[in-house]
Amino acid sequence: MSTHQTSTLPAVPDDGAVVPAARQPEYPGRSVARVEIRPARTTSRRSVPRPLRRAAGPIGTLLLWWLLSATGVLSPEVLASPVTVFGKALSMIADGELPTAIAVSGQRVALGFLIGALVGTALALVAGLLRLGEDLVDSTVGMFRTLPWVGLIPLFIIWFGINEEPKIALIALGVTFPIYFNIYAGIRGVDAQLVEAGRVLGLRRWGLIRHVVLPGALPGALVGLRYALGTAWLALVWAEQVNASQGIGYLMNNAQQFFQTDVIVVCLVTYAVLGLLCDLIVRLATKYGLAWRANFEGA
Amino acid sequence: MHIRGLTKAFDQRAVIDGLDLDIRPGEFVALLGRSGCGKSTLLRILAGLDAEIDGLVSVPSQRAVAFQAPRLMPWKRVWQNVVLGLPGNPDRTLAQRYLDEVGLSGKTRVWPKTLSGGEAQRVSLARALVREPDLLLLDEPFGALDALTRVNAQRLVADLWVKHGCAVLLVTHDVEEALLLADRVLVMDDGVISHEVSVELPRPRQVGHPILVRLRTELLGRLGIVEPATAGE
Repeated sequence: MSTHQTSTLPAVPDDGAVVPAARQPEYPGRSVARVEIRPARTTSRRSVPRPLRRAAGPIGTLLLWWLLSATGVLSPEVLASPVTVFGKALSMIADGELPTAIAVSGQRVALGFLIGALVGTALALVAGLLRLGEDLVDSTVGMFRTLPWVGLIPLFIIWFGINEEPKIALIALGVTFPIYFNIYAGIRGVDAQLVEAGRVLGLRRWGLIRHVVLPGALPGALVGLRYALGTAWLALVWAEQVNASQGIGYLMNNAQQFFQTDVIVVCLVTYAVLGLLCDLIVRLATKYGLAWRANFEGA
Repeated sequence: MHIRGLTKAFDQRAVIDGLDLDIRPGEFVALLGRSGCGKSTLLRILAGLDAEIDGLVSVPSQRAVAFQAPRLMPWKRVWQNVVLGLPGNPDRTLAQRYLDEVGLSGKTRVWPKTLSGGEAQRVSLARALVREPDLLLLDEPFGALDALTRVNAQRLVADLWVKHGCAVLLVTHDVEEALLLADRVLVMDDGVISHEVSVELPRPRQVGHPILVRLRTELLGRLGIVEPATAGE
């Protein structure tokens, strides 16, 4: 700062120019509080790499679990040791028990999801695109939304029996609402100026829906898809608690009767992995489907 | 284009009140007016976006609009935006031709999010021109651009107008812009065309031309702005 002060002091020699030299006023009595901004010190001195630090928690928990099981503090009837669980998982895969169960449960989820997504999408289109549809559909869906859908299982059993139908119906019901609300909100969130531009460009009703409204609703739809898939797996867990004769839930119920905690853990992990896998697929779809978005960060 | 006795009311209040206006084929007309005077409403009516009107409006069937904001569909690539809404399934070569005209040859396949404000506005212009309109409606298309970009965009519009020969109605609040570009400058006030000047100067025009300076003062006066007297006058 001191160098700046000296440079202003000697006045520019008066050469009679029309434009006066730039004047920098001096305020001798003025005191200025100062802080120094130092370059930030990097804290990476011999610190553990971040991925390793992040892995420490889960691995530590696993170790603790193993330790407790090995020392006998945690009896196998409460929770099987991680080594047993891993071995059980391998043998269940090898003898085809787990793949078969996954196939059966996966089919339930797929079918229930498909039905729920179709119904939810259809309702959202009717409510989103037509004002009459909105009046008729939205309040009705809102009403059913407040029902605790998991609590409908007894009714579904009375209506659909105890085979696949009530399970698929429960999943479909759970999927319908997130799909409906997100697509409906997505459609209503489309910029009216873009719709107007589309009209000026000569798009008719169907063209507007196809080229303006639906692409505009896509971000919302994908959020709904993610929610819906999460709900679908959750609904599957509930549905399979009831009278399943095959599938992951059946394996779990069976294991419960024989205190096979290792099988129960394998099943729980399987549910988690399948849910994660679905989430990954939707995230990839989002990445490619929404590459046009200005607020998309991955491109 | 002919308008006779056009009246448009919002809640009993007439925004446009018995307006008459004719635009000859190929004529460049600028419409000035204070904000809220109804000039944008008039443009929307001409674009066919608002049909709740009284009076007689006869416009060419081939019209195109460029709005103040480019209003590109963010989910369509630039060339798809240009040909959107055209009959048939026009391919990229058609869009390419018009993007060349507005100087965006290299941007055909990009997403609109990657364009600058001026580029997006040029795409919007290409999207209007690809329709080969007989009447081009421009709603303050340069209003959101910075001063330097605006000068280039104005020149571009002047060139394109010469090339395509369509009638243009340019709604603006920039008096200089109106005088630089238009054959005729209209002032809208109280729902009617309250004043009109013809600009019979060859193009390209200079802002400093004495006739333009005089017309500018006259028009600003009509818009309710009195310029401070300068030493020379």
